[in-house]
Amino acid sequence: MTDAGSPAVAFHNVSRHFGDVRAADDVSFEIADGEFFALLGPSGSGKTTCLRLIAGFEQPTAGDIRIHGKPMVGVPPYERDVNTVFQDYALFPHMTVGENVAYGLMIRRVPKIERAARANEMLEMVALGGLGGRRPSQLSGGQRQRVALARALINQPSVLLLDEPLGALDLKLREQMQVELKAIQRQVGITFIYVTHDQGEALSMSDRIAVFNKGRIEQIASPTEVYEHPATAFVAGFVGVSNLLDGAAATAITGIAQPFSIRPEKIVMAPPGSGVGAECLAADGTIDSVLYLGSSTRYNVALAKGGELTVIDQNRESPAADGWRHQGNPVRLIWQRDHIQHIGRAAGGR
Amino acid sequence: MAAVAADAAPATGALGHFSTFLYLRPRLVLLLLLVPPLLWLGVIYLGSLFALLAQSLFHIDDFTGLVVHEPGLQTYGELFTPANIDIITRTVVMAALVTLICGAIAFPLAYYMARYTSTHSKAIFYIAVMLPLWSNYLVRVYSWKLILAKEGVITWLFNLVGLGSVLDWILELPVIGGPSLSVSYIGTCITFVYIWLPYMVLPVEAALERVPRSFIEASADLGAHPGETFRRIILPLAIPGVAAGSIFTFSLTLGDYIIPQLVGSSRPFIGMAVYQLQGTAGNIPMAAAFTLVPMVVMGIYLTMAKRFGAFDAL
Repeated sequence: MTDAGSPAVAFHNVSRHFGDVRAADDVSFEIADGEFFALLGPSGSGKTTCLRLIAGFEQPTAGDIRIHGKPMVGVPPYERDVNTVFQDYALFPHMTVGENVAYGLMIRRVPKIERAARANEMLEMVALGGLGGRRPSQLSGGQRQRVALARALINQPSVLLLDEPLGALDLKLREQMQVELKAIQRQVGITFIYVTHDQGEALSMSDRIAVFNKGRIEQIASPTEVYEHPATAFVAGFVGVSNLLDGAAATAITGIAQPFSIRPEKIVMAPPGSGVGAECLAADGTIDSVLYLGSSTRYNVALAKGGELTVIDQNRESPAADGWRHQGNPVRLIWQRDHIQHIGRAAGGR
Repeated sequence: MAAVAADAAPATGALGHFSTFLYLRPRLVLLLLLVPPLLWLGVIYLGSLFALLAQSLFHIDDFTGLVVHEPGLQTYGELFTPANIDIITRTVVMAALVTLICGAIAFPLAYYMARYTSTHSKAIFYIAVMLPLWSNYLVRVYSWKLILAKEGVITWLFNLVGLGSVLDWILELPVIGGPSLSVSYIGTCITFVYIWLPYMVLPVEAALERVPRSFIEASADLGAHPGETFRRIILPLAIPGVAAGSIFTFSLTLGDYIIPQLVGSSRPFIGMAVYQLQGTAGNIPMAAAFTLVPMVVMGIYLTMAKRFGAFDAL
């Protein structure tokens, strides 16, 4: 049924406008079969609109959408081989958990006995075996999330869409579900398209990330690439904590008249006057603020040549031992030359 | 007292002191809030119901026409004469029909209001639905009498488009027909539907509005065509609203005594019978017994609605 050669999902110059608002603006990408693909961006950046375009809840204003090579423009959601895990789970309150999970099978006229067996199987997979008789209202948030996942997977779609599925869960549960989702994806082996505004989630789970901003894609790359080599100032700022230096300060440090970004954990904070290796760059400054984070400490350093850099330092020692790392003390910041990422002036789309 | 208040909190007066006193005693506040409604419900409402029940146990002396204050079931024996059973059947059938028609008209309207209107146009719809309730009930019933009369606008409209013979054919139908719409069961039914329609639209709209868009999308996402989504998701979730609306339209029709008197074939309904029995006939025990009929019918109706799962999605 599916064309093996073509990508699971392909967007070609897709736009979706709501009046004057360009929710998605000339978006193009291809998602390979079996890939875990994240759509990352702040709220209103167009990532959810793109997901809804794939599901069929929205139709594009312009452009071409293909799922496994088949054109999808004008095809309603109920004729698409994709299923969605909704942000609010959208579990039907008048049905039991088992009936919710089996809903897709019931619609396909699967016999009742087979339906119940497969629903139980799916519930086992998401570690909710035996809860099929309950109502969704009797479950916790994490359990409802699993039911929504089981319900979306029971039709064995070729692509699973997840719209901020962990957004409503607390931190511990979220981390646990990230691991489980990844494991389930490996088990079922289908394409996962995952919308999130949480860069940590996108970095830890995905094979590739598309970073959205104002309806456009700023960068599509692997998590390491997005983090280590952000293509634009927006990506550098949105993914992780970023130090962006430009103007005279940047030129004075690198000798190149171009803005650059450096990740805060790449910077070593040394006492003033420390030696600088040949492969390294350095800048002198004064500690502006100290934020103790438990596993690490975050320093804001005001540079003598203008601008400010953030340094994140692992607390290998108890921080009290380092007498000189206090607010107001002078320090020298040192980092390797190849850890900086030059960012073109035009980048960022503004 | 004043001295203590001045010591503790000089800025607050006696009122501030009183609110602090109440704040520290939530049970007292609850008691104060509940006493008036409980008195109203317990003494005035339930009390009068029991008084009614008691009245129905007395009977009237056929000879003197006076009420005999001896408890017994004689009145109930007289209640189920063929003539009275006719009245009860007529009223219950009318109430059921009015409820069905109200539901059929209200559902699409409520669905449109809940799903497709903007905030602004929804306000206009609300006003349009509620507007009739702002004018006098009698005025509305009388205007329907005029609209439905032989010289009225409906007859005129039918003749205008050349369907006068169709109207005549409808009016010649046995039982529901009559000399004109305003003196037939059809007319009574139309007026009832018009008068009670808002009470059906509003709860159905409220129920439909509580069905999030994501439910409909999830159903479509799992392969259900729009018709199937409607049958399996929207309708079951709207049923509590329809049940609430039908309780209004059904019970209001059961108890009304003005509409069948003004618009219709002048054959009596329960309300009219009660009105005549306690008024001109002076038969208070029989009037009281008759009043219990709609209550029993409503009890049966609610039990059936519950049995069919109308309140499951609440």
